Amino acid sequence: MAQAPVLPRGFELPLEPRLPRIGSVDQVAVEERAATLGKRSIKREAKLWALDLAIRTIDLTTLEGADTPGKVSALCSKAVRPDPVDPSIPSVAAVCVYPNLVPVAIERLRGSGVKVASVATAFPSGQAPLDVKLAEVRDVVEMGADEVDMVIDRGAFLSGRYAKVYDEVVRVKEASGNAHLKVILETGELGTYDNVRRASLLAMAAGADFIKTSTGKLPSAATLPVALVMLEAIRDVYEETGRMVGMKPAGGIRNAKQAVQHLVLVHETLGPEWLTPDLYRLGASSLLNDVLLQIRKERTGAYQSADYFTID
Amino acid sequence: MSRLPVRKTYKLFVGGAFPRSESGRTYEAEGQNVARASRKDVRDAVRAARGAFPKWASMTAYNRGQVLYRLAEMMEARHAELADLCSGETEVEQAIDRVVWYAGWTDKLAQVLGSSNPVAGPYFNFTVPEPTGVVGVLCPEEPALLGLVTRLLPPLVGGNTVVAVASEAKPLAAIELAEALATSDVPGGVVNILTGLKAELAPVLAAHMDVNALDLAGADGDLAELERAAAANVKRVVHGAADVQSPWEVLSFLELKTVWHPIGV
Amino acid sequence: MGGGWWGEPAPRPDPKAEAMTELERKRGGAPVPADWTYAPAPEARDIVSLRERYGLYVGGEWIEPHAGETFTTIDPSTEEPLAEIAQAGPEDVGLAVEAARDAFENGWSALAPSERAKYLFRIARILQERSREFAVLESLNGGKPIRESRDVDLPLSAAHFFYYAGWADKLEYAFPNRAPRPVGVAGQIIPWNFPLLMLAWKVAPALAAGNTVVLKPAETTPLSALLFCDVVRQAELPPGVVNIVTGDGRTGAEIVKHPGIDKIAFTGSTDVGKAIQRELAGTRKKLTLELGGKAANVVFDDAPLDQAIEGIVNGIYFNQGHVCCAGSRLLVQESIYEQLIAKLKRRLTTLRVGAPLDKNTDVGAINSRQQLEKIEQLVESGRDEGAEIYQPPCRLPERGYWFVPTVFTNVAQSYRIAQEEIFGPVLSVLTFRTPDEAVEKANNTPYGLSAGVWTEKGSRILAMAQRLRAGVVWANTYNRFDPASPFGGYKESGFGREGGLHGLEPYLRFDP
Repeated sequence: MAQAPVLPRGFELPLEPRLPRIGSVDQVAVEERAATLGKRSIKREAKLWALDLAIRTIDLTTLEGADTPGKVSALCSKAVRPDPVDPSIPSVAAVCVYPNLVPVAIERLRGSGVKVASVATAFPSGQAPLDVKLAEVRDVVEMGADEVDMVIDRGAFLSGRYAKVYDEVVRVKEASGNAHLKVILETGELGTYDNVRRASLLAMAAGADFIKTSTGKLPSAATLPVALVMLEAIRDVYEETGRMVGMKPAGGIRNAKQAVQHLVLVHETLGPEWLTPDLYRLGASSLLNDVLLQIRKERTGAYQSADYFTID
Repeated sequence: MSRLPVRKTYKLFVGGAFPRSESGRTYEAEGQNVARASRKDVRDAVRAARGAFPKWASMTAYNRGQVLYRLAEMMEARHAELADLCSGETEVEQAIDRVVWYAGWTDKLAQVLGSSNPVAGPYFNFTVPEPTGVVGVLCPEEPALLGLVTRLLPPLVGGNTVVAVASEAKPLAAIELAEALATSDVPGGVVNILTGLKAELAPVLAAHMDVNALDLAGADGDLAELERAAAANVKRVVHGAADVQSPWEVLSFLELKTVWHPIGV
Repeated sequence: MGGGWWGEPAPRPDPKAEAMTELERKRGGAPVPADWTYAPAPEARDIVSLRERYGLYVGGEWIEPHAGETFTTIDPSTEEPLAEIAQAGPEDVGLAVEAARDAFENGWSALAPSERAKYLFRIARILQERSREFAVLESLNGGKPIRESRDVDLPLSAAHFFYYAGWADKLEYAFPNRAPRPVGVAGQIIPWNFPLLMLAWKVAPALAAGNTVVLKPAETTPLSALLFCDVVRQAELPPGVVNIVTGDGRTGAEIVKHPGIDKIAFTGSTDVGKAIQRELAGTRKKLTLELGGKAANVVFDDAPLDQAIEGIVNGIYFNQGHVCCAGSRLLVQESIYEQLIAKLKRRLTTLRVGAPLDKNTDVGAINSRQQLEKIEQLVESGRDEGAEIYQPPCRLPERGYWFVPTVFTNVAQSYRIAQEEIFGPVLSVLTFRTPDEAVEKANNTPYGLSAGVWTEKGSRILAMAQRLRAGVVWANTYNRFDPASPFGGYKESGFGREGGLHGLEPYLRFDP
């Protein structure tokens, strides 16, 4: 059993009976709160500020079996310069790819300030032996990835083997070295908000730098209520220990309006300190162009067409 | 020179759309070619009804009531057309008013049909009505519109979805009603209307294992045979009357669920 | 989640300061916003067109008040005058009651119930169509945030008419074997906190049961009732079925006294309710009262904390606390007191107090100078009696009536702020140790309108619900209303229920 950075009281084995007693979340209330926050009306300067922030926090993502060096190169260009026509548009925070494409991304992004994030640990299922997963993590770190996005073992979580889930995160964090670690909970498989909260606390206790909602491989993932539950867990950890863990909703954020709603959630739950790429990321692909469309609409006053924005 | 009118084609109403019978057959009724549904159309309609059930059943009672009220609005707008297809204005007005009457029941059923039960023990015990699922309805031959509405509304009010076989001799009122349904906010698949020969369609509906209840209002011929077929999956069988309105009509298509929970700190 | 999950943190002066330094080190250039200010997002006001002056709506016509007396109604967030309103005197009330009686005898009660139903359905639909217009007007005249009037007041008002429309022709199912008949003419006096919604709560069941009404909106919030007259016109409701007479307490007294009224429905302060009950003694007029409250919101140690916080906040700051069933006493189980209060104080800092018509406003203006003074007075008493006050930093506008959301801790049962209804955004926090103690404290009040219970344990919810002497018990939620759900109080919070099947009863006579 690995040593955690700080082994918390309550995590002694056996872990199993204790975790289900932790952190209940009322579904109706949390969905209502998220919906109310989603009704905030963000206009004009406030909207432009949010859209700019949205771009700066995007992890531009491609995670397909069909990814090629060509596809990833083009994505990297888009990441560095999202709108060739408008130099005031900032670069995104990072590009997120499969391990095989990490070298291409590193090459194309050299000197740009845009980070390279790699998924690892048998993404997206996580259903592989631990040593295979750890080897993958070491490989991508060696290739030069700045960030590692891992998945928790949901099979273990849902069958109550919390110690295994915890242990894996601790070991992956070790193997990540200086790369920062995002832990994907795959909230769409966890079934209840209670489980989302428990998994969040577990991941943070085990050393996550970021907790992330989803792999993006399930239909709809980063809903506002799920994000809210995770943000509240982050807040509780911060209040208790001073440690600031980042949050990344990913999957299902397709348009600027949703992105702004997510930012409002962060703003009113954690405060403005979290509104920075160091502590907040949006996992997305098609979102970027919609944000560019909205920015141009705010500036010109006219509704825009997708024809005027490059796909990569 | 008088203008040539564009004639309507009378098709089935399944899943919110108007398909022809998959068999390609028609029969003549009221001087028109009307789609003659086959057993496969029954299959498709039940599938559509089952697919639409979760959403319809989980809508708030208030929402369902509003949707049914809007059906009345759409029927009112088609006053004249409907009057031509049944016995006249009076029947149309009665039918519309009956839809309004039933629409007002959705959010009151639980208060009249449900209960909190004073059991002997420290338990909170309550009974709530719930829809049974997909209801097969054999519509009365007459009155063409009022009979149809009388049998369609009770299952809908309770949150069920319906597959209805229209009056065989006078099916046009049913298709007109389908058009009103399609333009109200009733979700596709909640009501499905098949026109055709009752003798062909009734046994299929009665034997279908994914239909939960059967209303034999318009059945003719061997009712006992239909009831025997219905027993295969223990369908709730109802012999609906063609002109009646009562919340107990709705009860026929409801299940009652009773829940216990201890009371204690 | 218990304390110390992540182990005892190393001693540090201020975790936030240190974390920020580390953050700044990691940052490498990206700017940290001081704060993200949401730009003003005002709902357009021009959807409402106001007249300069309004008369009284009697017998389907607008008439001038006999004595010609008027008063001004204002926007409490700016003190801007909005319109001149008529003060109905005894003759005017007399005319209204006559019109209502006339409509009752000659038509309304004899109309087929299914026809009555269809009038009410029309009204419901029109309210839905004009809902944005009404919502803006409600916020303008009353001070509540547009988000609330748009998302709560208006939908519920339309829903009330919709729900009761459906009962009009089904009374024999609601009251089997009792031969229900309308009472006759109902006099209805409503408060300023939910002007249109209170009108819907009164008018819908009354009309569904076959009665006609004379309704007086509150002095400070007459406008939505007056606009409602236009809905009545559009619905082509027969004249005299709904009559609106505006005015202050004197008008209300006239209505109560009038011999032509068969039933009085009053929602307002307990003092006035008692006065009305005294006035009606010996008259055999039917009466329902919906009065004040001092509800206990009870939070147990196993409650889902963040959601309980939302419930507490919603319970007392929704509608600026101008709610009879507001959860104005927070009863926290002592074992989670520190954690809960810390979260609550933090949550208060994200409440947005501002212009009612701004879509981002959470807490609007206090309805009147009078009410503001009352709140200030009681808050003073809280300080004097020794409670600890917390108010989040908040910049209030110069004009208008405003009060910062406030929390008092270290409150004893005997303090005025724990006993008297403040009717403002002021929460008093008390503690308890066991469920028995919670019940005792919650019930220790002459009021009994509502209560809240927060716990994960189902059996405890039911046990508490059984023992709390309150007409409405909310478990793991608060301030939920629905036309199908009966609402009303125990003890001095009044008698009679509004909403649900039970809400029809006050408007009917039975055999027996």
